[in-house]
Formats: sequence, structure tokens, C-alpha cells
Amino acid sequence: MEHYASMLIKAIFVENVIFAFFLGMCSYLAVSKKVKTAFGLGVAVIFVMVLTTPLNYLILGYMLKEGALGWIHPSLATVDLTFLAFILFISTIAGAVQLVEMVVEKYTPALYSALGIFLPLITVNCSILGASLFMQEREYNFSETAVFSIGSGIGFFIAIVLLAAIRERLRYSKIPEPLQGLGIAMIITGLMGMAFLSFSGIKL
Amino acid sequence: MSVETTIAAPEVKKEGLFSKKNRKVLTDPLDDINPITVQILGVCSALAVTTQVKPAIIMALGVTVVTAFSSLIIALIRDAIPGRIRMIVQLVIVALLVTLVDQLLKAYMFDVSKKLSVFVGLIITNCIVMGRLEAFAMAQKPWPAFLDGIGNGLGYGLILVIVGAVREFFGSGSLLGFKLIPQWMYDMGYVNNGLMMLPPAALFIIGLFIWWQRSRNPKLVNVS
Repeated sequence: MEHYASMLIKAIFVENVIFAFFLGMCSYLAVSKKVKTAFGLGVAVIFVMVLTTPLNYLILGYMLKEGALGWIHPSLATVDLTFLAFILFISTIAGAVQLVEMVVEKYTPALYSALGIFLPLITVNCSILGASLFMQEREYNFSETAVFSIGSGIGFFIAIVLLAAIRERLRYSKIPEPLQGLGIAMIITGLMGMAFLSFSGIKL
Repeated sequence: MSVETTIAAPEVKKEGLFSKKNRKVLTDPLDDINPITVQILGVCSALAVTTQVKPAIIMALGVTVVTAFSSLIIALIRDAIPGRIRMIVQLVIVALLVTLVDQLLKAYMFDVSKKLSVFVGLIITNCIVMGRLEAFAMAQKPWPAFLDGIGNGLGYGLILVIVGAVREFFGSGSLLGFKLIPQWMYDMGYVNNGLMMLPPAALFIIGLFIWWQRSRNPKLVNVS
């Protein structure tokens, strides 16, 4: 149990997807003008990540790995399809995002119009594919994969809501005009990243 | 490139291959609608690969090739794609192209591919590719879409090389691997800036670059 708690903390704070790996920056910067939309996107990312990473784990384990096809026929046990991982991972993610898009469009049209082009872009949110690739690279087992995906999703959520809150406050401060918006958001993210660097080395 | 020209030529015969409009499609992404600093697309990899100039250049080439050809293919088949599943179709094509680039690099330039393997895979999730497919290629003819892909790839590459050059020069005192800061400067107490090798530095540099670009070109202000 302690192992999983430690993994969760590590995925949320120490190896935060935004501040440690800088994955998923595009939607992070573009949808962080208001806390409310940032909150919606954060929840959507958690949902998609928790859905797709374990799914990709199963695909990798039962279809792609060397020997994984042995359950169909013993003669297939030597087939190694790992080179197809990119295509299958991204197809799973795209399918899941399409599902989320349809649900959001039907039940919360306001959120749908607020997220705009960035809902489809969750698919190309590097953090989602990144989580699947990390899962493959670090050879997690199923429960570790589940915990890791929850942690990464929450990490993204925290980062985007924090930045949105800061940017809402910034509207009342005097920033040179050309630096407003994207420019200052980049610099703030850099400062937040430096702050999160101080989490490195923490262990439960 | 000649193959694509022949495919695209019949459709744009009336206005010429490099008409003013098409030239604008090609050059606008370099400055006015630069994918990174104005459209906010493709920032993730811009942070990951810019500690040195060389990986930045190779990454930019890879992204340009993938963006251009995926835009071309999507623009060719755009009428046959059902709206609901367009993302999956787009991503499979992009993933296919990236896998091709990856396998080609592995076959012919194994050393480079060993160095770049992670970066090459990351092109799939590079928002520029998807963003341009959604915003441009789905509604345009193949030839402008192809030019748009090349333009956006180059605009991305421009920022990457600038950030890579600044980080490599101040972070390790060299450019493209050549030592630029002489030994006597180190002997006098000059120290490389370690922060430049950490990811936050890329954010600061891009942020300051945006500041400079927008103060030079006021019509970009508040586009955010």
C-alpha cells in the first residue's frame, strides 16, 4: 500500500507532467485564462488519462509484446509487434477523446463551446500519450499503471488550475502590453517550474 | 516534392502555384501566425529538444515533413472523412508518417535515430500537426494545405533554432558543438549558466521572445 501512496505523490508533485516533463503545454497555456474552463479541461484530462493508460497497458500486454499473441495460437508466440505501439496507443486515445467530446457536447454545451478546439486537442495532449509511453518504458504492472495514470492526471489538473488562478489575478496588475497574455504565462510557468524543482528528491 | 506538385496542379491552375495568396500561406507562419508564439501550438517539444542546436534542427525537419505530408493527405481525402471520426483518421495518418520517418531513420541513420528516438515519437502528439489539420487542411485544397504545412514546420523550426542557440551558447558555451567561449574566459572565472540546461530556461526565452515580437508588431498584442 505504501508503495502505491509513494507512487501517487511522486506522479503528482515530484514528477509533475507539466513542470518536470513539460508535457501537454499547448492546452495548458491556451485554456488557462479562467479557473472555470481550466477546471473543466483538468477534469477531462484526468478522465481520459485514467481511461486510456490502463487500456493501453492491456493492449500492450495482450497484443503487442513479444509472445503476447501466444494465447491465440502457440505458433504466434514469437511475433513481436511492439513497433505498432504508437499507432495503437494513439488510436485508443483518439477513440476515448471522441467519446468524451460527444458526452460533453450533449450534456454541458457551455463547457463545450468554452473548450472549443482544445477538446479535440486533448488527443494530442502530450501528457496523455506520454503517460502511456512512460508506462511502457518503466514496465509498470496493471495496478501501478492505474495509480500512475491517476497521479499524472491530478498533476496536470493542479498545474492548470494554479496557473489559471494566477492569470485571473494578473488581470489587475500592470504588465507591459506586448507581454500580456501568452508572454507572461510562459514566464510564470517557468517560475512555477523552478518552484516545483524543489520537490525533487522527496520520498515517502 | 514533384509528385505532390503533379497531384495538386490541376486544382490550382487558375491562380498559379506560387500566387500571392499561396506565398502568404507559406510565409505567414514564420512571423504573423507563428505556431509557437502566436498560435500556442507545439510548445511541449519546443521545451524538450532545445538544449542544443543540432537536435532542434533535426526535430524541425521531422516536424516539417510530417506536417506538410499529413496536411496534403488530409486535404486530398477531406471530403471522404466523416466528421465524427475525423480525429482518429487524422491521427492514424500522422502516426503512420511518424512511424515511417522513425523506421527510415533507424534503417539509414542509426546513430541519429538512437539519439532522437523519443523526440521522433513525440511528433505524433505535436499539436502543430493536429492543429493545422483541424484548422486549415480540413477546409482547403491540397496544394495550399501542403504549403501551410511547410510554412508552419519552418515557423516552428525558426523558434526552435533561436531557443536552442541561446540555450546552447549560454548553457555550454558552444554552438552546434563548436566551442565559442575561449578557455581564457573560463580561467578568468566565467561559468556556464546551469539554469539554461533546465526546462524553465526555455520558457523564459520563449516568453521574452514573445515580448520582443509583440512590441515590434503591435497588431499581435492581445491575440494571446
